[in-house]
Amino acid sequence: MANKTTDVFICGVGGQGILLASEILSDVALAKGLDIKKSEVHGMAQRGGSVVSHVRFGEAIHSPVIAEGEADILASFEKMEALRWIQFVKPGGKVIVNSQEIVPSGMETYPPAIDRKISERVPDTMFIDALKLAKEAGHLRAVNIVMLGAFSHFLEFTEDEWKTAIKARVPKKTIEINLRAFELGRAAVSG
Amino acid sequence: MRVLLSGNEAVARGCYEHGVKVATAYPGTPSTEILENVVKYKDDVYSQWSPNEKVAFEVAMGASFGGVRTLVAMKHVGLNVAADPLMTSTSVGGDGGFVIVTADDPGMHSSQNEQDNRYYAKFAKIPLVEPSDSQEVLDFLGTAYEISEQFGTPVLFRLTTRLSHAKTPVELGERTEVAQKEYVKDTSSRVVIPAHARRLHVKVEKRLEAIREYAETSPLNRVIEGDPKVGVISSGISYQYARDALPEATFLKLGLSYPFPVELARKFCERFETVYVVEENEPFIEEFLRYAGITNIIGREKIPACGELNQRIVRDSISGEDTAGEKTPVPPRPPVLCPGCPHRSTFYTLNRLKIGSTSDIGCYTLGVMPPLEGIDTCICMGASIGNSLGMEKAIGKEFAKKMVAVIGDSTFVHSGMTGLADVAYNKGATTVIVVDNSITAMTGHQDHAGTGTTLMGESTTKLDYIKLAESVGVKDARRVNAFDMEAVKTAIKEATDNDEATLLVMEGPCALQVRGQWGPALVVDSENCTACGLCLRLGCPAISKDEDGKATINPLFCVGEFCSMCAQVCPVDCIAVPDKS
Ligand SMILES: Cc1ncc(C[n+]2csc(CCOP(=O)(O)OP(=O)(O)O)c2C)c(N)n1
Repeated sequence: MANKTTDVFICGVGGQGILLASEILSDVALAKGLDIKKSEVHGMAQRGGSVVSHVRFGEAIHSPVIAEGEADILASFEKMEALRWIQFVKPGGKVIVNSQEIVPSGMETYPPAIDRKISERVPDTMFIDALKLAKEAGHLRAVNIVMLGAFSHFLEFTEDEWKTAIKARVPKKTIEINLRAFELGRAAVSG
Repeated sequence: MRVLLSGNEAVARGCYEHGVKVATAYPGTPSTEILENVVKYKDDVYSQWSPNEKVAFEVAMGASFGGVRTLVAMKHVGLNVAADPLMTSTSVGGDGGFVIVTADDPGMHSSQNEQDNRYYAKFAKIPLVEPSDSQEVLDFLGTAYEISEQFGTPVLFRLTTRLSHAKTPVELGERTEVAQKEYVKDTSSRVVIPAHARRLHVKVEKRLEAIREYAETSPLNRVIEGDPKVGVISSGISYQYARDALPEATFLKLGLSYPFPVELARKFCERFETVYVVEENEPFIEEFLRYAGITNIIGREKIPACGELNQRIVRDSISGEDTAGEKTPVPPRPPVLCPGCPHRSTFYTLNRLKIGSTSDIGCYTLGVMPPLEGIDTCICMGASIGNSLGMEKAIGKEFAKKMVAVIGDSTFVHSGMTGLADVAYNKGATTVIVVDNSITAMTGHQDHAGTGTTLMGESTTKLDYIKLAESVGVKDARRVNAFDMEAVKTAIKEATDNDEATLLVMEGPCALQVRGQWGPALVVDSENCTACGLCLRLGCPAISKDEDGKATINPLFCVGEFCSMCAQVCPVDCIAVPDKS
């Protein structure tokens, strides 16, 4: 494990709760005593633009951003966004995609064959219907925690460590929904 | 306690821990969260938004004259606005420690240019401190105050987007109070009449040389030993990219990079055949090395000048390879005016009336996007009004009927007021439209002199745009409800038709600020919809076409009757709240 860095690249559309998911991941890594850096750009997140968050953790982290070809995991909260950032995945890396489609404003229809193009670039790609699972958990807004649950399965932290971090970050009233969302997301990829 | 802080949060924490008493700013990405976090320490630190960076700078300088540690923060282009006080403050020097934070934006994530403000340190002859992560932000800020007080100089403290917005671990400390110095009148150093200024310039030159000697041995500048064959000089965030790109190399990491520690650098360079100088944007360090006759360096000839760096770009630049990987083309997803945005009615109306606009910087700049396409120019904060007047002077008064100035409320307070006075004074026919959503929305909703609330949360006086216009001599000044399409159209028509200067204040709250007022989504009665496409010309993200070309409204996005601009422009009244249809 010495000097090993884990790079998680999270992307999606402004308003999908990307920053909260990366915040929780960072909390878990920090609580483990690891070095951790998390980087995103503020400003446009609420205005429907493309949003990314870089999370890197390990023994000693220097750059706060993940470069092209470095991400161990790319978790995309929206389908087309996975393709936009696919070159950041390292050879042998993994992609987890919410199959939800959000048509960019100004476009009339969603571009075709996105799934195929993603899988062609990264064979180890999993699609999950995070919107459906969020609904099942109790709220459409829990898409981000479903996705967190999904990629958590591939990281070295325990379920308890994740749940403690979630409880500390989400509003009290929504803890139950979010824990359920987390479990549903985790189960969706571990099958 | 070890916590994750962004660079901006670390500056705020630093204000608290290092005994700062006054902090000022005008918001601007990526610097905004500095003051938004300083206000969390309001029992110990006074903080305020100023109308613009020049005023913020002058208030901070005054506080320094008053004998307390003080900080002013701004984005890179903000320092252009504050450049006048900056250039002279440096010769008067601080009494209470004075730190100027500049947050530059390589890659232009949310800016109009990529200027490298390290040059301002050299230009203004003040020390430059460059941290590389949040812990250094916190620690170096303390050193910056010590330098400021020891040498009697303001200090420029430089962040960039990836420092301001990246969260990295920080060990928190306690607050250390710093005793206030008693104010003593000292005209010979604070009144810069030429006789004094000539003497002060000599003092500044001597001071610079003293700080350079200090920089040669400052712990802010250090060598990290590694491979004795590969040497790298870097600073700020570039250092982190270089560390990842060349993990084995020996580094000279500069945290106090101006006045440039030339002897330290010379000794370092003598150890290697070749030294890489890794800098984002400008070759600031490299120029000092070359000026000193140090030539065994590789910098700008390989490292690109445009855009942000990362470890891959640094590695590839040096190796000559290209490992960026192929991009798959994907349709762009640009930001757009939000559903329910009050600015939409102004641009829709201008578009329909075939009137162009010189515009300005803020959310409303998104009015440039199709289908609104209502903007001809956008240069810098406040430029809209002068640009309109200038076009009128060049092309003729009639042209003012076809070109208006559109400016946000915060931008108007920042630097539009003087432009309005110019229009009146020089007898322009310009129509100035203040799109007043009563907040600085673009940068994340900050108060300003026109909102009635201070940064510390107190209610206060509220700038009255109408009275202001009248007092500068604009006779026709009126408020218009931005959500009333008919009223907006009438007002713009009347204002452009007349030969006089007019001020229109389009009032409507930022939709993101009033979520409580959102109602159930409007629906289209598709039987009656004639597919005329007028509502689509609003460019609302909630409205799209179905297979028959008729309008449909996405219920997840629409904010309901609160806005209802689409219902108002529909010529056959087929858009309504659900129960009415
Ligand atoms: C000199 C300078 N300072 C700060 C900024 C950052 N900035 C961009 S737009 C803006 C203000 C936007 O507020 P407003 O004019 O009220 O328009 P809104 O976004 O609310 O529509 C600010 C502060 C800048 N671009 N230039």
